[in-house]
Amino acid sequence: MEYALFIGCNIPARVPQYESAARAVLEKLSVGIVDIADYACCGYPMRTADRKTWLLAAARNLALSEARDIDTLVLCQCCFGSFKHAQHALANDAALTAEINKELAPLGLEYKGRTQVVHLLTALHDWVGPNNIKNALAKKFAGLSVAVHNGCHALRPSRITGFDDPLNPVLCDSLVSLTGALPVDWENRLECCGAPLMGYKEDLSASLMEKKLSGARNAGAKCIVSNCPWCQLQFDSVQARAAAGNGKAAVPSILFPQLLGLAMGIDADKLGLADNILDISGLAQLLEE
Amino acid sequence: MNLAVLVYVALAICILGLFIKKLSLFFRDMGIYASGEPKARRIISGITGFWGMLFSKKIFSALWVFLADVLLQRRILTQSFTRWAMHMLIFYGFSYLLVFHALAVFFANPDEAYLNPWLFLRNVAGVMVLAGLCIAFARRFIIKVPRLKTNGQDYYALALVALIIVSGLVLEGSKMTSQRVFVDMVENWAGLSVEDDEAEVKGLEAYWSKHYGLKVPGVKAPFDEEMLTEGGYANETYCASCHVSNKWAPAGYVTAKILSPIAGPLDRANAPHILYWIHVLTCLLGLAYLPFSKMLHIFSTPASLVANAVMGDESKPENLATKQLLELEACTHCGTCSLTCSAMMGYYATGNPLILPAEKMQFLKKFAWGRKLSPKEMDALAEGMYVCTNCDRCTVVCPSGIELKRLWLSVREAVIQKGAAQPNVLSPLSWFRGLNREKLPAEAYNEPVKKAQEALAGRFDEIMAQDAVVELGSEASKSVDPTFASCFGCQTCTTVCPVAGNYENPGKRLGLVPHQIMLCLAMGQDEMASGAAMIWECVTCYQCQENCPQNVGVADVLYSLKNLAAKNLEQRKAGQKAA
Repeated sequence: MEYALFIGCNIPARVPQYESAARAVLEKLSVGIVDIADYACCGYPMRTADRKTWLLAAARNLALSEARDIDTLVLCQCCFGSFKHAQHALANDAALTAEINKELAPLGLEYKGRTQVVHLLTALHDWVGPNNIKNALAKKFAGLSVAVHNGCHALRPSRITGFDDPLNPVLCDSLVSLTGALPVDWENRLECCGAPLMGYKEDLSASLMEKKLSGARNAGAKCIVSNCPWCQLQFDSVQARAAAGNGKAAVPSILFPQLLGLAMGIDADKLGLADNILDISGLAQLLEE
Repeated sequence: MNLAVLVYVALAICILGLFIKKLSLFFRDMGIYASGEPKARRIISGITGFWGMLFSKKIFSALWVFLADVLLQRRILTQSFTRWAMHMLIFYGFSYLLVFHALAVFFANPDEAYLNPWLFLRNVAGVMVLAGLCIAFARRFIIKVPRLKTNGQDYYALALVALIIVSGLVLEGSKMTSQRVFVDMVENWAGLSVEDDEAEVKGLEAYWSKHYGLKVPGVKAPFDEEMLTEGGYANETYCASCHVSNKWAPAGYVTAKILSPIAGPLDRANAPHILYWIHVLTCLLGLAYLPFSKMLHIFSTPASLVANAVMGDESKPENLATKQLLELEACTHCGTCSLTCSAMMGYYATGNPLILPAEKMQFLKKFAWGRKLSPKEMDALAEGMYVCTNCDRCTVVCPSGIELKRLWLSVREAVIQKGAAQPNVLSPLSWFRGLNREKLPAEAYNEPVKKAQEALAGRFDEIMAQDAVVELGSEASKSVDPTFASCFGCQTCTTVCPVAGNYENPGKRLGLVPHQIMLCLAMGQDEMASGAAMIWECVTCYQCQENCPQNVGVADVLYSLKNLAAKNLEQRKAGQKAA
């Protein structure tokens, strides 16, 4: 199975460890990855001010995948949501699709809605499968309670994203359990991390983040497991900045492929553990044969 | 016309222009790094910074970058082999001609100009430049690389180099065909007399006509064998020690052959003389105008590459400010950044070319030089600066080594503070701004947000006043997601909304809460709905939409209201400008 890897904008610029860890894990699990250099922004941040910009941006990327006749593997959940919403909007509107294709034609592209958009977790669970992942593990975690953060834009609205059960998601939890880590039930686990408001509604953004962190702390989680660079940066850089001011105990955040990669025995350098602002190197100590 | 005088005048203008341009780097303000700094401090910091770099380990980085990125231009090569080949051909071809042809008096022996390797290499270099120019022309006008735009400066640069090379080539060809030049050579260089050494001269004429492209009216093939032999000996005796076969200048020779049919009229018009002056004057005008044209990049771009190899976050802010002004000069409008820009679709959707990084750079030159921008231009610039995902690709690919990401951070802040309200500020495009808050001036940090909030609310406060009249019986705009119509007021959306749940008094803070917005729209009150602060505080977590028992796309409706509010603001701005 081969996928075109879509990494968006946040990951290469600010969270490169998500890409390096994902590549390392996918390689070890024999998932073929193709790189399409012409990919650009998924359109998510443009959607607020201008719908057309968002649709054009999303459709162009999807058309690039279609031109290679390949499915699109996405790491960022905001990118995932953007693509799913765009596919949904265009699937039910022939006139809109024609309008979009009129702009794409001079770029040599056409959007037909043929590429499947798949999040990393779905690819790992549905294509690789829990058994193959278990067999690829070198060690398992012991005594590691984690707060699994599902994010928002993949989970909801489930009618459009079709990612997991929106009220009781199990996908990430089950994958995390394979590594031996224990997903805890934590207050506000399905709530938003607050990242979308950072930069213009910072008080609200910080308040939402703090609600999540206190839930994780109260549940005794050693770390949060995230699946999106926005969530990761919020729980990592932004929490670090806030913690410096408010003196609360920081709950570090690890990206899922970093967690899985550790259990698979992949080198910490390849997983980019040192790129995380809040130190997660201690987690490696909880691995046992 | 004394050539030497003209050269010195052109050189003086060039040097004066360079001096003014370089000094201006310390005197202009553009972004957030040096506003208000005394100019003297900027000059001193610049000099001490440069000096410090020379005598530290950084000199090695500087030298390495000079080799790899200035001489070998690997930054172009990593992006496009064709573009690298194009630029290498022009760069090295022209440099060769500058050093060994224009400045032959310093770097070669002018008396050997018509001997090899000089005669041959001069042609090779000229053809190299021509080949490069053809690729440049094809890229811009035939293949039409996406998002690559051509402005006056680009036309000038292409035209200047083309004119220099083509005039040189045609000059060479016309000289080869010219009888006047032949006679001049024979009398002043071979030391023969046309009247007294008739046999030898006639022989030379025949020989040169057959082999070297000379076109004397009335003299044509077939040539007398004896005359050719005589000519051959004469050539060996009088010419060959200074002038090898013209075929060693194949491009010139081919040009001569092409010009042959009109050689006579050309010669009568004294074409070689005229072409010589066209050629030389073009070069000198190019030299004089250099600091004011795209050609300034031959100094600024290497400087930018080296500066960016040795400067970073630790550099003094005033030096960063100077570097940014240098970077504006270093931009060659090559369009690589626009080609790879993540936000490019914003350009196609809105038609605002300033979303493209290369166009921003060109426009910023005006901004930096203090040109007064109209409100429309300022607005377009602010939108262009803000529609950027900060993916840093432009910075990675720029062949001039420009640290675009720092430019954007610095100038964007200055522009959104100065300009009109930008809806994009109230979107995830502000993520980068939030993450880098400590690098931005603290006092004014919230101003763009407040400005946008107030402008987008429109007449909300008026409409919401207790005694305001509400017009019923209208329908919500077609652009609003229509699923609001299924709402039956259960208030689940508001109950699960983390934003509403965050405030003691959500109604007061947000204007309207989610279910109220749905009901507003059902009453056709989209101006009321789109003016509510709620829509800009929506964190798009989609809890509302997920939990709605009626499948109302609550969050999607809020998105469409944001779009509507932004459009309405555009129209109000356009109306104000028209008014």
